[in-house]
Amino acid sequence: MKHLLGIADLDASELDHLLELTDSFVEVTRRRMPKVPALQGRTVCWLFYEDSTRTRLSFEQAAKRLSADTLTFSVASSSVRKGESLRDTVETIEAMGVDAIVVRHSSSGVPEQVTRWVKASVINAGDGWHEHPTQALLDCYTIREQLGSLDGIRIAIVGDVNHSRVARSDVWAFTKLGAEVTLVGPSTLLPPRLDDWPVRVDHSLDRVLPDADVVYLLRMQQERMTEALVPSLREYTAQWGLTARRVDLMADRAIVMHPGPMNRGVEIAADVADLPRAVVIDQVRNGVAVRMAVLYELLGSGRSLITATLPAAGAAGATGAAS
Amino acid sequence: MNQSPTVVIKGGTVVDRTGQRVADVAIEGGRIAAVDADLAPGQGDLTIDAGGCLVMPGFVDVHTHLRQPGKEEAETVETGARAAALGGFTCIVAMPNTTPAIDSAGVAREVLELGRDTCCDVRTSAAITVGRAGEQLTPMAELADLGVRLFTDDGNGVQDVRLMRRALEYARGLDVTLAQHCEDEALSAGGHMHEGEVSSRLGIPGVPAEAEELMVMRDIALARLTGAKVHFQHLSTEGSVAMVRAAKAGGLRVTCEATPHHFTLTDERCAGFDPVFKVNPPLRPGSDMAAVRAGLADGSIDCIATDHAPHAPEEKERPFDQAPPGMLGLQTALGLALTYLDVTPSVLVGLLSSRPAAIVGVSDVHGGPVEVGRPANLCVVDPAATWVVEPGLLASRSRNTPFAGMKLSGQVRHTLLWGEPVVRDGEAQR
Repeated sequence: MKHLLGIADLDASELDHLLELTDSFVEVTRRRMPKVPALQGRTVCWLFYEDSTRTRLSFEQAAKRLSADTLTFSVASSSVRKGESLRDTVETIEAMGVDAIVVRHSSSGVPEQVTRWVKASVINAGDGWHEHPTQALLDCYTIREQLGSLDGIRIAIVGDVNHSRVARSDVWAFTKLGAEVTLVGPSTLLPPRLDDWPVRVDHSLDRVLPDADVVYLLRMQQERMTEALVPSLREYTAQWGLTARRVDLMADRAIVMHPGPMNRGVEIAADVADLPRAVVIDQVRNGVAVRMAVLYELLGSGRSLITATLPAAGAAGATGAAS
Repeated sequence: MNQSPTVVIKGGTVVDRTGQRVADVAIEGGRIAAVDADLAPGQGDLTIDAGGCLVMPGFVDVHTHLRQPGKEEAETVETGARAAALGGFTCIVAMPNTTPAIDSAGVAREVLELGRDTCCDVRTSAAITVGRAGEQLTPMAELADLGVRLFTDDGNGVQDVRLMRRALEYARGLDVTLAQHCEDEALSAGGHMHEGEVSSRLGIPGVPAEAEELMVMRDIALARLTGAKVHFQHLSTEGSVAMVRAAKAGGLRVTCEATPHHFTLTDERCAGFDPVFKVNPPLRPGSDMAAVRAGLADGSIDCIATDHAPHAPEEKERPFDQAPPGMLGLQTALGLALTYLDVTPSVLVGLLSSRPAAIVGVSDVHGGPVEVGRPANLCVVDPAATWVVEPGLLASRSRNTPFAGMKLSGQVRHTLLWGEPVVRDGEAQR
């Protein structure tokens, strides 16, 4: 694997491989000294055109635990402000000697465009409404951790699917791994044409909840009101917010997920967010290991460092690195 | 033009709207002097070998963005005219969305002046409204006196229906044609490609087909109301083609054009997020593309127009939703038409030459027929020659062709402007 641009480009076996690799890095993160020299001498550059605290920190933590060197291209205080083009920026970064560029951009497709101009690996850390592949991987990993497998699992993705790169990546990942996905929300928040999507659509959350194993809530943004996509946040919450009353409709072992940051009181009630079945913190924790797996897969393969440096990882880790 | 040499085009198949026949064409003083078998060149005459080739009336592009004044780094009148001649065009009509816009006699004169002595007969359209802002009519009568025959706010449609009605009524008395870029901006706002399965998958905001169709529908109604001529630019949807077909059957004075990219490419091309495939109206699904081809074949669509829209490389390297829409078209139009349209050469002359010449009022000079006394604005095309589109070899200042690497059948060998070979053996002479 040279780049990670989107889940749509991957098949089930590649997803499985990355999730298995994640297992061994979860083990690393649990050690007293949670750091391996797997990517020593490799340099990763963060190129974040859009504000991000959580994803940025998670990638940074992952890189550090793999002993990679990191560079930050700060868009806000840089040549970009002076009108430098995307191409000039990435060519400049590459000339300084980087092995991977982690890109976040508010425009769909920018990471793929960047691959045309540089030889470095490109990792998509979220582009427009398009994809957020590491989020989907950590979501899959969390579901496996909680429920054992995605095969046959019923997942409801609720809310603003159309404007969500998380939702797109999740739909591709969940369905490739055998889950049944239902999109729930008003039509104004769903993509305009879903004919070729492997999903079902239901406009009623109450109807979907009893059969769902996973309820995945998307962030509802205030600006959608001004675009006349929903009448008001109040109406949204009344129809599609996960309230304590609605949690009672859910099966006992069903879990609640959210990519964060949560709008408590909008798409998720405050008391629901704090229930044990809400695994939001597990998602964040797994995010670091997933991103270690991705960085290692793109930058460390061929080095077979993982077997040398993970004596306690067990067979799973060794197999993951060898395949 | 008076010094034009005597030229004999030997051994070609002469094609015009009346049909085709094997004949030589002799040209004297810029006009066709003879069309006959076995014409013998005189001493010092220039002979052009047209064996295996089609000798056609030069093409007319009713929709060319020349970018001058204002964006000379993307194209100039001179480079655009050269690209046109290499594509077999002897007449092009500049679009008015320059900076400043072609909305006054002064700017129109400047563009016409820049077009003089280029490879091509450069005409200009002018804007319907001042600054293309959709608020106040341009001095259409004064512009018509300068020879402007086509008015359009291309790049935008005239949104205000009342203003469009007045423009049509005013134009009717001047015997000029209003051309509309059909796009209801309230519906298309924020969109960057066709709204459909591909845009939904990619997460790119879309423009529904209905944004175009609503304005086609509206302006057909206005054509009925005012009795004025309306020309629909770059139609791209099945619904638009059907409405224009019905309007023509109903006797309304409407005409329309379609671009080579809309009859050859679909919205799937946007899947790699390369802005070279971004255009307005956007590339549509296969069903729309098929409807455009059918419309060209059955005459519902009057002509092929390139919508040649050069953009500097750095503009087309921006993120997809920030890059400007538009594609090069002048040098690939003929090859695409011959490769992808199932029409006879005679029908092709109608689509690329005679019909567009009539729409923009240049039939006295362009569009054939190929007969004695007519101006010798001709092109010689080898329909069997295949070539691969190489952006770096195009004459435009820009490189934004979506057809890079595509193998096309049909190549322009020579183009004659008033009898003078401005393109010989595929090389521009000016």
